[in-house]
Amino acid sequence: MAAVASAEQIGSQAPRPAARRRSFPVWRWAVLLIAAVYFGIPLYSGLKFAGFKAFTQVVGYQDFGSAFGLSLRLALIATVLTLVLMVPTTVYVHLRLPRIRRMMEAITILPIVIPPIVLIIGVLKVAPGFLISTPNLLGLEYVILAMPFAYRSLDSGLRSFDVKTLVEASNSLGAGWPTTLWRVVIPNLRTAMLSATVLTVALVLGEYTMASLDNFQTFPVWIVNFEQNSGTVAVAASLLALFVTWLLLMLIVTLGSRRARKHGGAEVALFTVSTQTRQTVGETE
Amino acid sequence: MTMNAAAGTEASGSVRGAAGDGAGAPVVLDSLSRSFGAVRALDGLSLDIAPGELVALLGPSGCGKTTALRIVAGFEHADAGSVTVDGRDVSPVPAAKRDMGMVFQSYSLFPNMTALENVAFGLRMRKIAAGQRNKRAAALLDMVGLAPQARQYPHQLSGGQQQRVALARALAIEPRVLLLDEPLSALDAKVRLQLREQIRTLQQRLGTTTLFVTHDQEEALSMADRVGVMRDGRLEQIATPSELYSTPATAFVAEFVGTMNRVPGTYQGNDEVTVLGTVAPVHGEHANVPAGAVDVLVRPEGLTVEAVAAGDGIVTDRTFLGSLTRVSVLLSGDVAVKVDKPSTAAVDLVPGTSVQVGVAGGEPVLITEHK
Repeated sequence: MAAVASAEQIGSQAPRPAARRRSFPVWRWAVLLIAAVYFGIPLYSGLKFAGFKAFTQVVGYQDFGSAFGLSLRLALIATVLTLVLMVPTTVYVHLRLPRIRRMMEAITILPIVIPPIVLIIGVLKVAPGFLISTPNLLGLEYVILAMPFAYRSLDSGLRSFDVKTLVEASNSLGAGWPTTLWRVVIPNLRTAMLSATVLTVALVLGEYTMASLDNFQTFPVWIVNFEQNSGTVAVAASLLALFVTWLLLMLIVTLGSRRARKHGGAEVALFTVSTQTRQTVGETE
Repeated sequence: MTMNAAAGTEASGSVRGAAGDGAGAPVVLDSLSRSFGAVRALDGLSLDIAPGELVALLGPSGCGKTTALRIVAGFEHADAGSVTVDGRDVSPVPAAKRDMGMVFQSYSLFPNMTALENVAFGLRMRKIAAGQRNKRAAALLDMVGLAPQARQYPHQLSGGQQQRVALARALAIEPRVLLLDEPLSALDAKVRLQLREQIRTLQQRLGTTTLFVTHDQEEALSMADRVGVMRDGRLEQIATPSELYSTPATAFVAEFVGTMNRVPGTYQGNDEVTVLGTVAPVHGEHANVPAGAVDVLVRPEGLTVEAVAAGDGIVTDRTFLGSLTRVSVLLSGDVAVKVDKPSTAAVDLVPGTSVQVGVAGGEPVLITEHK
């Protein structure tokens, strides 16, 4: 037994096997190059067209602050509401109604399939009076728009660990539902929640149709409106928005991955089922 | 791997206190029934577990053993029947309030917590002060020999270590009933053997009433005070391991537990059966078996085999098991049997040898309808 103890401990402390060096064939470089050209040329052209001076001018233009502030406010409303609604729903579906998971996938994809104008008319018909013509209504609409992305992120997060067993273990130790959700499920779902957050924020910061149809000057609407006054500044603002979103995404992915490495959790994956890195050391001992 | 002996003695006071002071509660399962659609998982299961006893529920997949355990834990509800702990019907009590420790088949440690935090989780739910709960959690980790791993996260532990932390976590809440749902099945043979010894030692020391579900008969027979063999949602037989092996009540139990031969015989109808030329007494359920051709169930050690010039069988194979050798014999009528013989006496029984197989005198045998 003692011998096994040391073997086990050695196993537990053994470093993870070094990542195998993968070959990177020429065709992969070719694909990467084509993708880089495809995405890089428009960005470069935009940069060249706008010129660096336009970037410094963007912030000072009229309504920039209010438009950007509104977009951030909407992003906050949409993110908070999306998480508050979708986390318990997705967990509940996984635990109690796994049979309707496919149906949920179909339902959550509807906001992508239904044209925004139809959604808006529907929302305006049922929305209570105190919400109509307030930005909060647009926030609620964004919750619907974000649903397909948030659901998929959370669903893939929940597939990355045995949520049913963890919830039962927590219950058997005396934790009720709220405590289990707060102390066990959400900490292990943090990466997926980060993914849902970044997708929702990116969506809100870039959404134009609903905002313009609802007559709110969000950041994308401001860019389009401003384009008629100054094309260079509008392009600079677009690039700035892209850069801010990208920066946000990188930040979240970096934070999520760092946490995943510490706890052996799932890597940040926006749409795909997360890579299972939560493996046991020395399974066979 | 082994329990930390020194720490076990030193910490025994606090750990025993933390894990229930040996005060296991009596558990009574009364006529439990549960159906999932058309499938009847439990069909009137009744079982009494004495305080401090370890009862194993053994049976093939789908026999209802896990459903029974989950009903006791509060994760499933019975359609009918009740679960009583210490004289109190816990059927309406939610799982979180049953004070039962449970170790799951799959690794169930919370990935976001260290080993110590995992063990302390149940104590935290009971609002025990941080200093005290950490001390008790550390004592329990010490007891399962994992004090050095206290600050490690589950993914940094091996499977065996994870299950030991899970055991410490289940014991930390001072359960009066410990539920083990095939906790060793995900581990390799060597670790499984060691961990089952450790679980048994701890269970005996702490006196926690334990219900253990497994499909591994070796595990059940080696660990449990009593083993209940389940089939189709019912208990076929519950008895001590030795009783279960030596005097199985039904053909199902006989064939599920250990190795069993089926040999054709003739039932006389008077509690005696003629088999392989010998008249043997019959035990177990046989009231419904009509006189005539029957199958006789005999264990390998209940048969004799001797090399003879023109015997009724021929050796087809033999397996060395240490002091015993298991000899495979093909009898006339295409009946294959296995016979255990002391290895020193089985030297000549090489494949192809003509042999005579008989029944060891006096031992009662089990009979069942001829297949």
